[in-house]
Amino acid sequence: MGLAYKFDWSVLWREPYGEWMLQGIWLTLQLGFLAWIIALSLGVFLGTMRAAPWKLLRWVSTIYVEVFRNVPFLVQLFFWFYAGPMIFGKTLQFKINAISGLNYYAAVVGLGLYTASRVAEHVRAGFASIGQGQYQAVLSTGMTQWQMYWHVMIPHALRLVIPPMTTEFLTIFKNSSVAMTIGVAETTFMSYKIDSDTFHGLEATTGAMFVYLVLGMAVVKTMSYFEKKFRIHGLVGR
Amino acid sequence: MFDAIINNLPYLLKGFLINLELAICALAGGIFLGILVGLGRISKNVWVYHSVTLYVNFIRNIPLILVIFWFYFIMPILVGKPLNPFISAAISFVVFEATYFGEIFRAGFQSISRDLVSAAYSTGLTSTQTARYILVPIAIRRMLPSMITQSIITFQDTSLAYVIGLQELVRRTTIVDGMEVRSIQLYSFVAALFFVICFVGSRISRYYEMKSREANIL
Repeated sequence: MGLAYKFDWSVLWREPYGEWMLQGIWLTLQLGFLAWIIALSLGVFLGTMRAAPWKLLRWVSTIYVEVFRNVPFLVQLFFWFYAGPMIFGKTLQFKINAISGLNYYAAVVGLGLYTASRVAEHVRAGFASIGQGQYQAVLSTGMTQWQMYWHVMIPHALRLVIPPMTTEFLTIFKNSSVAMTIGVAETTFMSYKIDSDTFHGLEATTGAMFVYLVLGMAVVKTMSYFEKKFRIHGLVGR
Repeated sequence: MFDAIINNLPYLLKGFLINLELAICALAGGIFLGILVGLGRISKNVWVYHSVTLYVNFIRNIPLILVIFWFYFIMPILVGKPLNPFISAAISFVVFEATYFGEIFRAGFQSISRDLVSAAYSTGLTSTQTARYILVPIAIRRMLPSMITQSIITFQDTSLAYVIGLQELVRRTTIVDGMEVRSIQLYSFVAALFFVICFVGSRISRYYEMKSREANIL
């Protein structure tokens, strides 16, 4: 009795489900790329702050990283989407809630802020792996502290962290699936929606798995290109 | 101001208990299966190695939510009746986390050099003694920090069982919030609960990392 299930793989391409899947994939790509812009810029900024010589800056970024890393992303997303508009007070709250596609913006910002904390950790580790000797050598050439950061330390650290960034860039697409919980119609949401329409969720989710698989392989290929292009000559094992 | 939390505290905490239970099931199963995965990843048998590697690379490229849904859809087909969401979620977590723990174990197994084993034998230790006094203690010491970190991630991930309607903390919070409309307080409370446990866990992980770095014999 158990295996009396009749597979119907056509839910992946027949009208209108094929179109749903394509729309979902398009939204997954949007979420991933837009959130990545936030995550990369804020994460590099925060990670650099953690290597800064001022205690206050280090404290601020440490607190940010600890808070965002130790709270589940789902909880963060719900906080931004449900509680976020309330922070601005009653009158503004209703205006914000009236914005169409609010869940989409909440997902992009939430995913970006969350991933920024992970990026910051990698950047901090990158700075930590650059020896103290280099800092001193750079300062002795007469560069100011700002010049040292801008021209030497940041470019060096960023090149060192390209491999872990590949992992983060992969993770951002995987984590974007959590946006379905606030109704953003990305790939996972669409596969679930196909289930509620056809009761063929198994085929739909299996199809979605292969979407993420192909996406992941594409990211790895692209990033290994960047890794080769920006490699630091003379470093072993890169 | 905090009425919404105080009035529903037992209800919410019972949900948190479900998160903890799910995490314990996921960790017990995930670590056990993870050891097998780790052994498979260093296996000399080509068939074992390639099938385990395929499983690991496949799962690690897929979002956890999708794995949760997939098992939620396939289990009734295999079993013939709808499954309790807790069991369904626990199975998906074991299958998912085992690939992450498997990679930790693989790295741990591979970090032990052959010379160390030869050295242990040459002092007259038997193979059981070598494993008992040399290999296992060193491997555990090396893997402990990443195992604790992965356990914290697993614990955070249990909130995703929300999507198949499991009555865990986040699901219960949305229900309470639906009645009370105190989103800021309620979600801050949930965040704080998770934060305390995960923060303490991450400190313990860092402590062991520092300790094993200080005692860096090899």
